[in-house]
Amino acid sequence: MKPDLRSTYLGLELKSPLVASASPLTGNLDSLRALEEAGAAAVVLPSLFEEQIEHDETLVDVVLERGAHSYGEALSYFPEMDDYNTGPNAYVEHVALAKKALSIPVIASINGVTPGGWVRYAELLQQAGADAIELNVYAVETDPYASAASVEDRTLRLVSRVHGALTVPLAVKVGPYYSAFANTASRLSDAGAAGLVLFNRFLQPDIDLETMTVKPELHLSSNEEMQLPLRWIAILRGRVPASLAATSGIQSSEDVVKLLLAGADAVMLASALLRHGPSLLTELTAGLTAWMAEHDYESVEQLKGSMSQETCGNPRAFERSQYVRAIVDYQTGRTMK
Amino acid sequence: MPSRVTIDGNEAAAWVAYRASEVIAIYPITPASPMGELSDTWSAAGVRNTWGAVPQVIEMQSEGGAAGAVHGALQAGALATTFTSSQGLLLMLPNMFKIAGELTPAVIHVAARALATHALSIFGDHSDVMAARSTGFALLCSASPQEAQDMAVIAHAATLEARVPFLHFFDGFRTSHELNTVDRLDEDDLRALLDEPLVIAHRHRSLSPDHPVLRGTAQNPDVFFQAREAANPFYDALPGIVQRRMDALAERTGRRYRLFDYTGAPDAERVIVLMGSGGTAAAETVAALVAGGEKVGVLTVRLYRPFAADAFVAALPATTQRVAVLDRCKEPGSLGEPLFQDVLTALAEREGTMPLVTGGRYGLASKEFTPAMVKSVFDHLAEPEPRRRFTVGILDDVSHLSLVVDRSFTTEPDDVVRAVFYGLGSDGTVGANKNSIAIIGKHAGGHAQAYFVYDSKKSGSVTVSHLRFGPRPIGSSYLIDRADFVACHQFGLLEKIDVLDVAADGATFLLNAPFDADEVWEHLPANVREQIVAKGLRFFVVDATEVAQQAGMGRRVNTVLQTCFFALSGVLPLDEAIVAIKGAIQHTYGKRGQAVVDRNVAAVDSALDGLQEVTVPADGAALVPVAAPVNAGADTLSRAIAAMLAGRGDTLPVSALPVDGTFPVGTARYEKRSIADEIPIWDPSICIDCAKCAIVCPHAAIRMKVFPAEDLDGAPEGFPTKDWRDKHLPGMKMTIQVAPDDCTGCGICVDTCPAHAKEAVGHRSINLEPKLDHLEVERERFDFFLSIPEIARTLVDPATVKGSQMLEPLFEFSGACEGCGETPYLKVLTQLFGDRMMVANATGCSSIYGGNLPTTPWTANRDGHGPAWSNSLFEDNAEFGLGMRLALDAQEFQARALVAELAPDLATALSATDPHSEAGVAEQRLLVAQLLERIANDDRPEAHRLAALAGALVRKSVWIVGGDGWAYDIGFGGLDHVLAAGRNVNVLVLDTEVYSNTGGQASKSTPRGAVAKFAAGGKQSGKKDLGLLATSYGNVYVAHIALGADNPQTVKALAEADAWNGPSLVIAYSHCIAHGSEMQKGMRQQKLAVDKGYWPLWRYDPRRAGPGEHPFQLDSRRAKLPLTEFTANEARFSMLRRSRPEEAERLGALAQHDVDERRLVYEQLAEIEHEPDDPPTKENDDEA
Repeated sequence: MKPDLRSTYLGLELKSPLVASASPLTGNLDSLRALEEAGAAAVVLPSLFEEQIEHDETLVDVVLERGAHSYGEALSYFPEMDDYNTGPNAYVEHVALAKKALSIPVIASINGVTPGGWVRYAELLQQAGADAIELNVYAVETDPYASAASVEDRTLRLVSRVHGALTVPLAVKVGPYYSAFANTASRLSDAGAAGLVLFNRFLQPDIDLETMTVKPELHLSSNEEMQLPLRWIAILRGRVPASLAATSGIQSSEDVVKLLLAGADAVMLASALLRHGPSLLTELTAGLTAWMAEHDYESVEQLKGSMSQETCGNPRAFERSQYVRAIVDYQTGRTMK
Repeated sequence: MPSRVTIDGNEAAAWVAYRASEVIAIYPITPASPMGELSDTWSAAGVRNTWGAVPQVIEMQSEGGAAGAVHGALQAGALATTFTSSQGLLLMLPNMFKIAGELTPAVIHVAARALATHALSIFGDHSDVMAARSTGFALLCSASPQEAQDMAVIAHAATLEARVPFLHFFDGFRTSHELNTVDRLDEDDLRALLDEPLVIAHRHRSLSPDHPVLRGTAQNPDVFFQAREAANPFYDALPGIVQRRMDALAERTGRRYRLFDYTGAPDAERVIVLMGSGGTAAAETVAALVAGGEKVGVLTVRLYRPFAADAFVAALPATTQRVAVLDRCKEPGSLGEPLFQDVLTALAEREGTMPLVTGGRYGLASKEFTPAMVKSVFDHLAEPEPRRRFTVGILDDVSHLSLVVDRSFTTEPDDVVRAVFYGLGSDGTVGANKNSIAIIGKHAGGHAQAYFVYDSKKSGSVTVSHLRFGPRPIGSSYLIDRADFVACHQFGLLEKIDVLDVAADGATFLLNAPFDADEVWEHLPANVREQIVAKGLRFFVVDATEVAQQAGMGRRVNTVLQTCFFALSGVLPLDEAIVAIKGAIQHTYGKRGQAVVDRNVAAVDSALDGLQEVTVPADGAALVPVAAPVNAGADTLSRAIAAMLAGRGDTLPVSALPVDGTFPVGTARYEKRSIADEIPIWDPSICIDCAKCAIVCPHAAIRMKVFPAEDLDGAPEGFPTKDWRDKHLPGMKMTIQVAPDDCTGCGICVDTCPAHAKEAVGHRSINLEPKLDHLEVERERFDFFLSIPEIARTLVDPATVKGSQMLEPLFEFSGACEGCGETPYLKVLTQLFGDRMMVANATGCSSIYGGNLPTTPWTANRDGHGPAWSNSLFEDNAEFGLGMRLALDAQEFQARALVAELAPDLATALSATDPHSEAGVAEQRLLVAQLLERIANDDRPEAHRLAALAGALVRKSVWIVGGDGWAYDIGFGGLDHVLAAGRNVNVLVLDTEVYSNTGGQASKSTPRGAVAKFAAGGKQSGKKDLGLLATSYGNVYVAHIALGADNPQTVKALAEADAWNGPSLVIAYSHCIAHGSEMQKGMRQQKLAVDKGYWPLWRYDPRRAGPGEHPFQLDSRRAKLPLTEFTANEARFSMLRRSRPEEAERLGALAQHDVDERRLVYEQLAEIEHEPDDPPTKENDDEA
C-alpha cells in the first residue's frame, strides 16, 4: 500500500510535506506551475520587502525632484510617466495570479519595517487570495541599548497585531539567534503564529579584498545547515501548539525523512530547487514514499515527530550530550573519517 | 460648467494645439519647450485629438527641421503644428514664407522671447515675433494663460477658413510660465469651434498621387509679382474671419474678444496701445485712473497681422487726443518700433484730425512692466510736449529717453491676497506653491496666479514665488511689490537677499529658523529687524527643517511651510486647507508611492506644532553690523557686477553697462556663494600625490600646488603640506586646498580619492566634513594658497594627470550643477592651454554656466592671459570657431611677413621655436615681447600694423565647445563641414547624451532605451556614432574619452588633439543630472560606462596613419559583464523598467546588441592599417 503523504501545516491540508519556499522560482508563474506539477504541496512566494518598496518610491521621488523647479530653462529633467509601478501592486498582483494559476495553497511572505506597513501589506495579500501569510521577521539590531527582551517584545506585538488583522493563518519565519529560543517560539505561538518556519537565512556581509569594500552576499544553503532546524524542531515538537516548518540545507529525501521524524509539518526547499530544478520535488516525493514503504510507515502523520526530543527516547541527545559525545569520538578518532 | 484648471500659458496653448493637430514637429527651446514636452507625453500615452487620432509627434534636429517637417505634413494634407521661441523662430522663417505663400492653414505657437544680440536672453519680449512679421503669417497675440488657450483655438479655427497660417504668441515666461486659473475648453467646445468641413477642404487641396498637382515652382519675372498679389483677398478677409471665430467662442463660453480690445473711459483723451501680457497691467491701471476721474484708456492688440486698420480706428475712442504706442522690442535705427509705425499709418490714413502719437519701448527681456510704469506713460502724455520716443522701466542716462516712474503708485486691490516666498530650488518651495494655487483655484469662486523667478545658477539656486489669490480672475502681469505675506524658507537667505523689502505694512512674515521664538531675534540681520519694526510686521517662526527631517523629508521643507502659510494667511478655513493639501499631496506624489505621500502627510500633521509667533522686543530695532557688500573692484563695470550680485541689477542705469556686451573675465571668484553644507578636508598623512581629487573637481574648488618650501613663509599655522614625490621636481612641497566658499559640497573628490587610511579604510585622504567646523580656517588657508606662486609651466608635463593639476585652472567656480560632469573637462582644458586658447561655445549648459551674468568662471592668470570666450548661437558654433581660426591664421600670416621685413633675426628665432612644447610657447612669448619693444618707437605704418598683429605669433589653440544637442543635432551640418575643412581647430563635445540645459530632451546621442523628454516611451533608435563618422575623413583626430574612467587617457587625448595640426574632435562622456544617477558617484558611473562597454575609449590619430600603422586605437577593454550593470544605476534607463517593463526588456536587449556590435566593429577597426592619401599637415596653414 502506498503511504499517505498528506500533512497539515498552518491548518492547511497539504498533499505532502514538501513546500517550495521563497526563491526566484516562486517569483515566476511558469516556474510556479512547474513546481506544482513536480509535486510541491504548497508554495511560499518571495517576500514583499517594505524597505525595498519604500526605497523604490523614495528613489523615484528623489530622481524626479533633483534639480527640478530650480532653473528657468529646466524645471524638470524627466518626463512624467503614466505609472512608476512602485508600491506593493506588482507583488499583490503576483499573489493573485499565482493563486489563479495553482490549485495548491499559496503562502505570501512579508518583510516589513513599520508596524503599519506589516499590517497594511498583510491585509492586501490576504485580499489578493493568499491562503496564508508568512512574516519574515528579522532585523540586525545594532543598538547597544536595545535589550533582547525589548526586541522580542516588539516582534511579539507585531505578530499579534498582524494576527488580529487577518483571517487566514499566519506563519512566522525567524532566525536562530535567540538566547531562549524555546521560550520565544512559545510566545510567538501564543501571540498568534499558527506556524513557525525554522530558520531564516540572511544576507551576510563579505569583504572584497580587491576593492576594499563590504559586499552583502547570500550563498545557497549547504547540507550541514539542516541540522540546526532539525534540533529545534525536535525540541519544539509537542511543546508549542504552532505547526513547524523546516528550511535550510535540505537536499535529499533522507533529509526530508529526518526532519519529519524530528517533528516538522512541512519541509521547505529553495536552494536545492535552484540547483536541480523543480523536478527534484518528484525525486524527493518518490524517495520519501520509498523510505516510508521500506520502513512500514503508513502515513506522514504517523512519521511526524516520532523522533522528537520528547519521543526519541534520549532527550539529552538534542541538548549538550552531543557535544560530549563528539569530544569522546574525536579523542578516539572515530569521527575522523 | 466649464472645468476650472490651474495651468500655465504653455499648457493652455498646447492643450488646444495637440487636439487640433495630426502632426507635431518639435524641438526644445526655452520657454516653449514644455509645449513640445506635453505633446510628446500625451502622444506616448495615446491621448487623441479632436477627431479621434493620436497625433504623430516627432523631435527634429533643429527648428529649421521642425518647420520643414510641418511644411511637408501640411502639403500632404495633415493638420500640423509646432512650438518655438526666439532663435528657433528665426530658423523657421524660410519655411514660414513658403507655408504662407502657398496659403496653407497652419498654426505655430510661440512663447515670445528676446533675440540674442549683445547677449542671449531666455526672457520674454516681442523681438522674435516681430522678426516674423513679413512672413505672411497672421500674428495673433494672447495676454494671459486663459487667452493662450482661447487664442490658440481661434487661431486653429480661423486658419482653416482663412487659409492663411497663424503665428499665435504670448509673452515668454510671463504668460508661458505663469500659472493661473483657466476655464478649460472641453472636447465638445473644440469640435464645435474647429469646422470639420474645412479640414476636409484642406485635405482636398493637399498633394496626392491620386490627384497630382505641382506646387513649389520657380517663377520668372513675368508672373512672380502678379502671383504674389493674388493672395491679397485672403488677407483682406482674414480679420473678419478672426472676429467671427472670436464671436463663436464668446457664444460658447461667454469670453468675448475683439481684434482690438479697448478698455477705459469712453471719452478718453489719452490712450496707450500695446499687445501681450502688459495689456493686463495697463488695463488695471486704466481702471484705477478712470475711477479717479482721468480720461484714459488702453487698446490691446490681439490680431497684429494683418493689421486691420479700420477695426483699430473703430476701437479707438473718437475723443482720443494723444496716443502712446508701446513696443516690447527694439529696432535700432528705425523711425520707431513696428507697432508704433503701424498705428501711426492707420491713424494717418483715417479721416479726421490726427492725434499726437508717441512710441515707447518697454519690457525687453521680461523687464518688469508695472501699473506705476503705465501711469508714468499716461502722465507723460499729459505733459505739454511729450517725447515722441521714449523708454519706460529703466533709467537711461545716456540717451535720456526714459520716463520717470513713481514707484509708489499701485493698483493692487485690497481683496487680493499677495504672498511672496523665498526658497531654494532644492527645498521644494516652488512645487508646494504650485500645489497651493491649484488648491485655491479649485476652491469655489477662487482665483489664483503664480509666477516664479528662478536663478540662472544650476546649483544652490534661489527661487522667489509670487502668488496672488482673489475672488476675480487675476490679470496682474507683474511681480508683487507689496506683499501681505512674506515667507523665507531658508534662514541663510536673510543675509543674501533683502526679503522684507517686498513686505507691506502690517504684513505677516514667516521664517524657517533653527531658533525658538524667544531667541530668534538676536540672530536676525539688522535690516530684517528694522523692517519688522518699521513695517509693524507680524512675525512667526517655525523650525521647518527639523520638522521635515523628523517626517523623513530631508531638506524639503516645502510641505511644512505650505501648511503654515495656510494657517497664517487664512485664504481658506484651516481644516479645509489641510484636507486640500493632503489631497494635493496625493495627486502630486501618489504615482511615486505611498511612502512619499506618507512622509508629506506626516510633515503636514506636525507642521503647526512648531509654529510660534515672535514678540518683537521693545528695543527691537537695535542694530547689529551689516555685512560688507560684495566688492568686485572700483571701476564702473565692476560696480555694475557688484550691483547685479546684490540683486540690484534693475537699478543700474544705461551708462553702467557696456555698449557691446563685453565684460571682464574672472568674476565668479567674487561670488563666494558658500552653498555647501560639507566641504572636503585634506589629510596629507595618507595622500599619494595622485591629483585625482583636483582633476575631477567640477568647480575648481579643490586645487593642488607644488612649490619650494620657502614659499611657505608666512603660511597660516597648521597649513598642511607634504613632500612632493617626483624625481623631476626634487625637494618640492605640495598641498591640496579647498576653496571653502566656492565648493558646492558635491563630494566627487571624496568619492574619487583612492588613498585610504590603513587603520580605517573608510577614511580617505580627502573627506567631507561640516563646513562650519572648518570655514574660518580654510578661508585663511585658501587665501594663502592663492598667494603661493604658480609653478613655471616649463617645469611640468601638462599632458599628464599630475602635471596638468599642478597648473592654474582658468575656469573656476561655475554655477553648474553640484557634481557636473562637463566642467572638469573645461577646467583641465584651461590648465593645459588656458593662457593661449580661444573658445567658441555653443549655446547650452556650458554657455550658461560659462557666460550667464553677473559673473563668469572663465578667468585669466597673473600675466593677464587666459581663455578668450564667446558664444555665438546654438547652431553655428563650429563655423564660429572656424572663423576664429581663420582670423588667427590670417593674422599670423601677415605678422610673419611683417616680422621677416622689420626684424628678420626675430623671425628666424620665431621659426626655430617648437610650438608644441611649453618651452617653445614661452620662447614665442618672449620673442614677441622683444619684438614689441623693438618696434614700440618705430613710426612706420608697417610697425603699427605689426604691433596690432604680433600676438598671433604666439601659438593659439582654438577650442570649439558644446554639448551633444549642438554636435549631434542642430550643429551637425556645420560641424561636419568644419571637420572636413581640415583647419587646425579642436572640437570638444561635452556629451551628456541629452539636451541638458533645456531639461533633458532626447538628442541623437541619447542611447536606445533611455527615457528622455521627447522620448517618453524610451528612445527607439540607437545612439549616433559621431566619432566614427568623423574618422571617415581620415585627417581628423578623434578621441572618445571619459575622465572618470581613465584620467591619463583624457589628458593625453586633449593634448594630442591640440598638437594635431588639423581638425580634432574629442567626445567627452559627461555624467549629468538628467541621467538620474547619484552625482557624487558621477566619476564612478563613468568608469562603469567604460567597463561595461557602454562608452568605449578610443583614439583615432592621423599621425599614426603611416604604412604598417594603426591609427585607430582602442583604449578600453572588452566588457565582461552585461550593460545592465551600468544602466541599473541610472533613472533614465530604470524609469522605463518601472513604467513599461516589457518594452524596457526589449529595448535593453537591443541596447546590449548595440554595444556588442560597436565593440566588434571597433576591434576590427583597430586592426586596420590606414593610409589616407592626403594627410593634411602644415600645407593648409601655409596656404593661409
